[in-house]
Amino acid sequence: MLGNEAIARGSFEAGVTVVSSYPGTPSTEITECIAKYDEIYSEWAPNEKVAAEVAIGASFVGARAMTCMKHVGLNVAADPVFTASYTGVGGGLVICVADDPGMHSSQNEQDSRMVAMASKIPMLEPSDSLECLEYVKIAYELSEKYDTPMYIRLSTRVSHSQSLVETSDRQEITISDYKKNHAKNVMMPAMARGRHVYVEQRLLDMKNMSETSSLNKIEMADTKIGIITAGISYQYAKEAFPNASFLKLGMVYPLPEKLICDFASKVEKVYVIEELDPVIETHCKALGLNVIGKEILPIIGEFNVELLSSAILGIKNEVFKIDENAPVRPPVMCTGCPHRGMFYVLKKLGLMVSGDIGCYTLGALAPLESIDTCVCMGASIGMAHGMEKARGMEFANKVVAIIGDSTFMHSGITGLIDVVYNKGNSTVIILDNSITGMTGHQHNPTTGFTIKGESTRQVDLVKLCKAIGIDRVVVADPFDIVEFEKVVRTETDADEPSVIISQRPCALLKNVVFPGPVQVNQDKCIKCKMCMRIGCPAITYKNNIISIDESQCNGCGLCQKLCKPNAIGKRVQL
Amino acid sequence: MTKNIMIVGVGGQGTLLASRILGNVAIRMNYDVKISEVHGMSQRGGSVVTYVRYGEKVYSPVVAEGEADVILAFERLEAYRWLSYLKKDGIMLLNDQCIDPMPVIIGAMNYPSDIPQKMKDKGANIICVDALSKALECGNVKAVNVVLIGVLAKTTDIPKDIWIDVIKETVPAKFLDLNLKAFEVGYE
Repeated sequence: MLGNEAIARGSFEAGVTVVSSYPGTPSTEITECIAKYDEIYSEWAPNEKVAAEVAIGASFVGARAMTCMKHVGLNVAADPVFTASYTGVGGGLVICVADDPGMHSSQNEQDSRMVAMASKIPMLEPSDSLECLEYVKIAYELSEKYDTPMYIRLSTRVSHSQSLVETSDRQEITISDYKKNHAKNVMMPAMARGRHVYVEQRLLDMKNMSETSSLNKIEMADTKIGIITAGISYQYAKEAFPNASFLKLGMVYPLPEKLICDFASKVEKVYVIEELDPVIETHCKALGLNVIGKEILPIIGEFNVELLSSAILGIKNEVFKIDENAPVRPPVMCTGCPHRGMFYVLKKLGLMVSGDIGCYTLGALAPLESIDTCVCMGASIGMAHGMEKARGMEFANKVVAIIGDSTFMHSGITGLIDVVYNKGNSTVIILDNSITGMTGHQHNPTTGFTIKGESTRQVDLVKLCKAIGIDRVVVADPFDIVEFEKVVRTETDADEPSVIISQRPCALLKNVVFPGPVQVNQDKCIKCKMCMRIGCPAITYKNNIISIDESQCNGCGLCQKLCKPNAIGKRVQL
Repeated sequence: MTKNIMIVGVGGQGTLLASRILGNVAIRMNYDVKISEVHGMSQRGGSVVTYVRYGEKVYSPVVAEGEADVILAFERLEAYRWLSYLKKDGIMLLNDQCIDPMPVIIGAMNYPSDIPQKMKDKGANIICVDALSKALECGNVKAVNVVLIGVLAKTTDIPKDIWIDVIKETVPAKFLDLNLKAFEVGYE
């Protein structure tokens, strides 16, 4: 079972009834797997903050609830989560947060354990799928026993690795009657002061509990090397140092100080092995322990067995080395992708593009190279507004913000309200491809379907933009490049804010049908390479011949529109 | 002894199905198994790698440089890129197919020439297979992955019928005949 699937199974077995999440690699499959259980209500919320609030509400009235997100999603959810630490819970509340060391699919490499400390919420960290399942169940027990939300920290290699698990039956939880409790659930200053005292006491209690908890395990062997570790790093270290003694921490916040000191006293040399920030290491050093960690191990990226044995034992594997640079193979927009036509136009017009998070971030790469900036979900619009306020109208007329439909719902809408309210003139292009693409096709408020595929009310992007005060809202097809270019020119020239909805469904959606592959007629081709400008992976130029790979081409037709001599067409037409 | 297998290729070539079949075969053999895959951004035509490890007890889900017993490479350049992960006495099973990456398509870089020969010159044990043609023989280019699983199966001492049983369980019913044929062609 995938680690994420095991988390889903654990929540099922723990009797969870409400789950609200926003997709984000590597956390997405947890909620997708949960959606398959009829016993659990699940949903995609517009963003992680709302998702956390839904879970908190469900917990307040007694249900076991969960919310799942990636590391940067926890920043979005931080506001409700930090105060839910004070209120505590009704039914158990678990927040799953998946970090991405190595940044396989993320914009930064932050360590969520730092957030656990800042929010004073305890955190468990499983190291494989079996522990994922077990820890979810333990987390619910601890959550209810200590009146606290609980984090489960995952990482890409735990979330996206499969290992064996043992399943059991679902435990049905009866929800007790709801009772008003202002002192606990209404966080105004007077009540919050009281709850802060509780939070500090809770941390002390949980630290005491962690000293003897089965979550933290000592495995004594050879005492020359002692290793303190947690999560996926345990798996790497166990293999690199099969004879060493281990303290494996299943609970990474708060840390068991006595247990750590006791372990350190039994071994000659102590190494702390943890990916990303030196959280455990700093704690050990504060306890006055002489441990070795980031002096010899990287603070950046993922670990592996070889990296650990070469850093600590100086053993390096013999490897085959190649003598030339292998060209990189970055991900590309798919054949038939609707974003391609839009980027072609933006590049042609030489606009500055304030970008956002989604498949379309790939528009920063050659040959489209349109995107100038990308920071976080929803940032494109606020940043475009800031650019205008810093550099004036003339500059603003050369700037567009681009944002996907799901990302716009997530946190773009607030940026657009800022533009309207504060007399901005930004042009915003909403890429409406009818789905959340990058994370693998999740529904969102604009698609008209729920996580379970049931039809539902659909947010109308045109009406929404008009309702907040945008008078100029235009819907355009990015594959009609002539018309799309006209629209972009007109809207960027306008002295008022405008929204262009670039509407065409994701090429990978099942109901999207293409006419089938096209070919290049070599007699007509003049090698102008216009078709090469759109960065289609099916079009190649080799030995002075431009050709189209029929196994990749779906006949979306974009290259045909750019081909002046009409050299591209279906086989029969040529 | 833990067996380390890597499956490398280009997003969309079907490497994930290959790793699932391999993982399920290892479970059938009562091994401890770990499979590590990367989802998200690298799916979109990028370089993809899956690790499959099985044995008595497996800890790490990933394979490090110089540790792979077998690399099942779906594409030449990807084989070359991951060559340093192959054990000195490991085997590289190479589907002799080229897919140009974007830097090559736009002319910023050249696709390295003679990759199989260069790898052999380094002393690596390379077995080339034209899985694309074999898949076409079976009627569908998409069966490249199962052809390669057939080639891989032949190099292991795991009984053939276990592989066939697992394929029956793992692939969708409507593609079963195609995939069984592809496996046989690869196994030959």
